[in-house]
Amino acid sequence: MADEFKIRLRATLKNSITTVQAKITHPMETGARRKLETGRLIPAHFIQEVKFEHNSKVVMSADWSVGISKDPYCAFKFKGGVEGDTVTLTWTDKCDPFHAKHSKMCVT
Amino acid sequence: MNLPRRTFLKGIFATGGAMALGTTVLPQNVMADLPETAVEAENEDALKEIFEREFGTAEIEKSDQITIKAPEIAENGQVVQIEVTTNLEKLESITILAEKNPVPLVAQFNFPDPENAVGWVKTRIKMMGTSDVIAVVKADGQLYAARREVTVTLGGCGG
Repeated sequence: MADEFKIRLRATLKNSITTVQAKITHPMETGARRKLETGRLIPAHFIQEVKFEHNSKVVMSADWSVGISKDPYCAFKFKGGVEGDTVTLTWTDKCDPFHAKHSKMCVT
Repeated sequence: MNLPRRTFLKGIFATGGAMALGTTVLPQNVMADLPETAVEAENEDALKEIFEREFGTAEIEKSDQITIKAPEIAENGQVVQIEVTTNLEKLESITILAEKNPVPLVAQFNFPDPENAVGWVKTRIKMMGTSDVIAVVKADGQLYAARREVTVTLGGCGG
């Protein structure tokens, strides 16, 4: 289970702009798909909130719907990062409150 | 029952067939009669509703300061990479919508610190079929929008 929802996070600094790239392993189930064998609906299970923090200050927070692809990828940039700063990613899945995860990374 | 078997069966098929026609073909005919514009208008209404709910207004100014980078033809609607770039100052949020998705509002990226925000996000979205991708940018309290058509060969919802 531990590896089921893996996060890959990378923060790189170039010309005083930090680029953050994140890839989360997550099914992003819409709730409209059916299991082939049983014909039953697969319950919705998707990330609704993603929060990126730079030195414990929120730099970007995203609200997602089911329209984000499976194994979401997301990238953005911000100013004001210095080498050695930390970037933290936290995601929450309101359909399943036990699945929330965060990951930490140093700016390089 | 004294009816000859053959006539009886014929009768069953005739009425049964008519019943089947009545139930299965008729609704389709009704659907076919609906002009395509009606379906589109419905879609537009849904979009309007979303705009009003999310931004408080349905009238958003078009801006050439926003660029949407997306494939012209997406072979797989499950994964369509969208990149939104904007030069607008004091960026507050970037919203991505796929017009014909069952849930058109795909994602909203908020920047709580507009002074340090850079107008660039990249993500991968699902698309039901060929439709417009709309990017709405909120900057300095103002709303701006841009759209771009993406042709989808294989839809990425359901299945």
